Order: sequence, then structure tokens, then C-alpha cells
Amino acid sequence: MSDTIIRVENLGKRYHIGTTVAAYQTLRETLGGAFQKAKEKIELLDSGDDYIWALRELNFEVKQGQVLGIIGRNGAGKSTLLKILSRVTYPTEGIAEIHGRVGSLLEVGTGFHPELTGRENIFLNGAILGMKRTEIEKKFDEIVEFSEVEKFIDTPVKRYSSGMYLRLAFAVAAHLEPEILVVDEVLAVGDAEFQRKCLGKMSDVAQQGRTVLFVSHNMSAVLRLTQESLVIEKGRLALRAPTSEAVDYYLSRGYSLEGQRIWQPDEIPEDAAPFQPVSVKVLNAAGTVVDTLRSVEPSMVEMEYMLNAPITGLRVGMYLISSRGEFIFTSFDTDEPGLFEKFSTRQPGRYISRCVIPADTLNEGRYIIGINASSYKIKRYFHDEQALTFNVDAAGAPGMQWPEPRLGSYRPRLDWEIKRV
Amino acid sequence: MKRDCGIPSNGTVKTERHDHKVSIETIKSTPDQQVTIIQPEKGWSALKLGELWRYRELIYFMTWRDVKVRYKQTLLGASWAILRPFLTMVVFSIFFGNLAKVPSDGIPYPIYTFTALLPWELFVAALSQASRSLVQNTNMVTKIYFPRMILPISSILAGVVDFLVAFLVLIGMMIFYKITPTANVWTLPLYLLLTLVTALGVGLWLSALNVLYRDINYITPFLTQFWLYITPIAYPVSMIPEKWRLIYALNPMSGVVDGFRWALLGNQQSAPGPMLIVSSTIAVVVLVTGLFYFRRMERQFADMV
Repeated sequence: MSDTIIRVENLGKRYHIGTTVAAYQTLRETLGGAFQKAKEKIELLDSGDDYIWALRELNFEVKQGQVLGIIGRNGAGKSTLLKILSRVTYPTEGIAEIHGRVGSLLEVGTGFHPELTGRENIFLNGAILGMKRTEIEKKFDEIVEFSEVEKFIDTPVKRYSSGMYLRLAFAVAAHLEPEILVVDEVLAVGDAEFQRKCLGKMSDVAQQGRTVLFVSHNMSAVLRLTQESLVIEKGRLALRAPTSEAVDYYLSRGYSLEGQRIWQPDEIPEDAAPFQPVSVKVLNAAGTVVDTLRSVEPSMVEMEYMLNAPITGLRVGMYLISSRGEFIFTSFDTDEPGLFEKFSTRQPGRYISRCVIPADTLNEGRYIIGINASSYKIKRYFHDEQALTFNVDAAGAPGMQWPEPRLGSYRPRLDWEIKRV
Repeated sequence: MKRDCGIPSNGTVKTERHDHKVSIETIKSTPDQQVTIIQPEKGWSALKLGELWRYRELIYFMTWRDVKVRYKQTLLGASWAILRPFLTMVVFSIFFGNLAKVPSDGIPYPIYTFTALLPWELFVAALSQASRSLVQNTNMVTKIYFPRMILPISSILAGVVDFLVAFLVLIGMMIFYKITPTANVWTLPLYLLLTLVTALGVGLWLSALNVLYRDINYITPFLTQFWLYITPIAYPVSMIPEKWRLIYALNPMSGVVDGFRWALLGNQQSAPGPMLIVSSTIAVVVLVTGLFYFRRMERQFADMV
């Protein structure tokens, strides 16, 4: 037998659009629609329009002990893949062969009951995750210690803080010791200390020779933890490569490298109307569109869009997101009350909203700009959390005499004072 | 074919080869390693009751959770298990026993109806809990693999605990009315089993349907109310004309209630023969079809719920 632990052949999952949107029907709809449906079914054989393939023609193998990253945009099919591998949902076609127990950290805290105590929930959750009772008893102390909630172990978990709850949940899942560990974005939650602990646990698991599938938007974590990664795009495997190469590929896809993103008509969802995004650009201090900005210079973000009908209360803005997926800030063009008054209703036409990011703001690294055009509590016309990426170069920034990377996304020039007292 | 590597040749489990057919098979190859084949499933599938057995500890924990949680935030706690049938008995005794003078085979009406209410309350509680079990545990269903049947099964088993508590009251009443159980009392567990089989059968149907059609939430209370009238709780089976008895027994709960009275109170001479056979047959048919229907729908639960 080879040391292949997961083999996926031609795997595909198709969703009926109806089932993803309107999750359930009423009996009346079914009875009334029975005839209609039969007719539609025949028609669908030709069109196939009502289905989307969340995953299609996926082929890959994972060897024993490999730590594999899986990256892709939201909705690319990563979660569907994990759900199939952990047998929550069934594929529509293809086959997956798995050797060993799959434990996943996407199910942290599943089955936890708020009325039960920490102790009771450990046993319950352990059983849900597939642990034997004796196994849980053996690891009980270790789990409690890892979770750091010893004092409250006999308190109902509804009295826990969200941090405690999460730690306990993670502790149970982390002690499952499956042959294959599937991790999905849990690292996005919890405080820094907890995240560090989670990553540590994952490296332990990997070092014990177990297989890990790691799904994340946090590119630095993927880079740190995995040697090889899959890039999934629109349900298909776009690339399998060493992680650094895969991350480069992923970050460069869908965003143009020149520091601007121009929307093609077919990229704009229908429900965005009457808002129509045209482009978003980052410009340096000289007003040139660039893909790398300097930390020490002011730079500009410029959004261009069309309104095909008047919109009341419109605000067009940006999210600045780090390559780890953390939101750094959100800002709208009508944040200023004066501007909000002046543009309370925007008439049809072509607009540019532009803002300046002051000098000495961003640390070196890669950043993502997301776009949001909405009227508060009325409608979100357009939304793209990954509209554009750009780099920041820290040359000349404070502290460059030490060649170490600085933690954090913010790199301000602060007025320090040193006094001997 | 390559996909069979690692599967022992002793042939404990066969993998179906038809493209449109079943297959998630979990096979022990080495003591600690399972090979799982994940493939599309369509149509009717195997029941995989063996897998249910491997997950028996989860059934235990889920049952335990249901029991524990149910009364945790209620004022009267477990006494609800007693109060519900007890208060129903009081009302029935006043209106049907005293005022309407419904006959009770010569047995005091209160204990006559309470004996019937015990399995009935178990049945109703099990049914309503089971029918909601999948929808209530959405986050488990959409995140983890386990045999989904565990949810309705454990919610039904949780009802048995209530039943046992209420049974103590029945014992007290028997002492009070100086009724000694008949020699047939040993058959009681069989009637209890029949109750559970019926509840599980109907519960499997309703819980699976509930995922697809939320109407079931509204249908269940109506169904149980309707079912109460066609079950001999407030009245004796002897009120039903002889020639209609077998049709009457198509309701498995009528066989159960009749059996409970026969075993405990000795209200009639002969064992409930033909009626019981009809009731049991129906119960088993409902259970088996329910199991297959549930398995068929199971793979859609995570996408639909």
C-alpha cells in the first residue's frame, strides 16, 4: 500500500440554486409544483441553468504526513471540498478515498449545549467528534489544562465568556488525534494568544506525522505552516505548487498587478444597478498608478463609478484589509457630515470618489482594498472584498535601521521623547 | 480496481460498483486505520445498522443530554413527567369517567385511563421530539458526519426516562386501588418496545420530511391530537364493535394501550391476540419504511436543513 492518505478523483458537487437560496419548501409548493417540476426537469436537461457547480473535476492526492494549504476566494469551493472530505455532504460525481479518521476544526464547539457544564460538554462534544468514552477520560485533564478553564469546569458554559467557550471547544477538537486534520479558518477567531496556541497545536500535529489540510485566507499562516498548497478557483483546481508560489499566484489572480482594477460589464452583479463600478486605483504621491506604494509618502485611492439613476443616501467606500485577512479600517466618502448633506441624493452620471492615505500610515506588506457602495439600512448596491491588492514598501520608514520585520499593519512616525529621571 | 487498495480480502464489506449506486463504506483495514470511500449515492441505500452500533456511545450521550437539558431550566423539573399524565388523568376521570359515564371494564376509571396515558405520553413526547430533532440540531448536521438516525433515536430514548418516572406513580395508584398486576406483567416490556418501534417509525418519517417541508412542525400537534381520539385512552376497546376491531388495530397504539391494560389490570380474559398482531405488523412496516426513507433522504440533509 502506498502512503497516499487522501485521493480525490474527478470530484464534483452540484447545487441546485433553489436549494442554496430557499433552503426548504412548503408542502403546498411541492404538491402544486409537482407537475410544473416534471416539466421543468425536462427543460433543464437542455439548459442546466438552475445548477451551479460548487466543485468540479477535482483531482489530487495527499501523502501521509503532508501539510497542505488550500487557498481560494470566498465561494471558490474550499468549504464544499472540506465538507465532502469530512462526509457532511455528498459529492455529485467522482470519488474520494480517505485512509483514516478525519477530524476537523471547522466543527469547533458543535453540539455544545449552553445549559451543560464544561465537564459535561467535553464528554458530549468528544462523543460527537467520534471519540470513545475511555479516550475522553484519558485525555480529560489534558483537555482541561489546554483550555485554561479549570476553575469553571463545573459551570454551565452559558456563563463562559466567548473566549473561554472557544478555548474549551478548541481543546476538545485538538485532542481528537485523527489521522487527518482539517482546519478551516478557526484561526480567524479568538485573541492573539489563542491563535498562537492554535497554530502551535497544528504544528505539533504536523510534526507527529499526521496529515493536515489547512484552509485559510490568512496567507502568512498558510506560508508559515504549509510547504505545498492547492489554489481553487471557481470550483476547479487552478494550481498545486509550493506554497510561496501558490500564494503569489493567488494574490495576483483577479486583481491586476498595475495597481488598478477595471470592472468588465459581465463582472458586475445584476442587483448592483443602478450603481456601476468602473475602476479602483491606487496612486503614489506623484499621481501615477502603481502597484507598490511607499510608506513614507502620502498615497491616494480613487474609485470611479457610474450611477444610472439617482440614489439617495449613497456612500461609496473602501475597506483596507491586510494579507492576513484582518480589516484595518473602513472609510466612506460621505463620512464627513458636510459631504453627506451635499450629496444626500446623487444624480445620475459618472463620479470619482478619492481619498488620501496619509504618509507614515502603513507598514510594509501586501494589502487588499475592498469596495462597498451602499445606502445605510436600505441597500448594499455593490460589494467586493477583494477588489485590488497593492504592496507597501517601508524604505525610509521609522525603525529601518533594524532589518527585522515589524509586527502590525500600522507604521506611524511617533514623537518619542527620552528623559532621564 | 485501484480504489480497493487497503481493503482486506475477507470480504466483510462489499463496495457497490454501479455508478449510480451507494457508497460510503467504512472498512477496518488495519486496527487503527479505516478506509473510507466517498461517492455519490442515489436512490435507496443500505441501512448500515452496524454503523449505528459503532456509534452507540453517541446515542447514549445524546440521550443523556436531552434528559439533562430538558428540565434544567424548568421550575418543576422532572415532576413534569408525572404532572402531565396525572393532570390529564384527573380531567379525563371527571369528564369521561364521572360525567359521561364511559365504561372502564369494571376497573376504577382513574387508574384505567392512567395506565393508557403512560405509553401514550411516551409516544407523543417521542414523536414530537423526534420530528424536530434534525431541524433543532442543524449545526451538528451541517458540520459533522455521524449517522443522522442518532438524532431521532436519542430523542425517543430520552422519553423513556420520563416514562419510568411516571411509572412509579402508576405503582402507587395500583397500591392505592389494591390492584395486583396480572401474571402477564412480564409482557409489559414488549408493549413498551412496540411503543418505541411505532414512535421511531413515525418519528423517522416526520423528521426527514421536516427537513424538506417545515409544514411538519404544524402537522405534528394536529396529528397527535387526532391520534389521541383513535386510541383507546379515555374509553375501553370493548366499546368498539367486534367486527371493526381489526381495522381499529391498524393504529399500533391501540394495540399497545390494550396490551398495557391487559398486562397490568387484567381487564379482560384473553390476551390481545389478533389485534396485537395487526398493530405490531403495522408498526414494523412503518419502522422499516421509515428507516429506508430516512436513509434515502439523509444525504441531502446537510444541504437542505
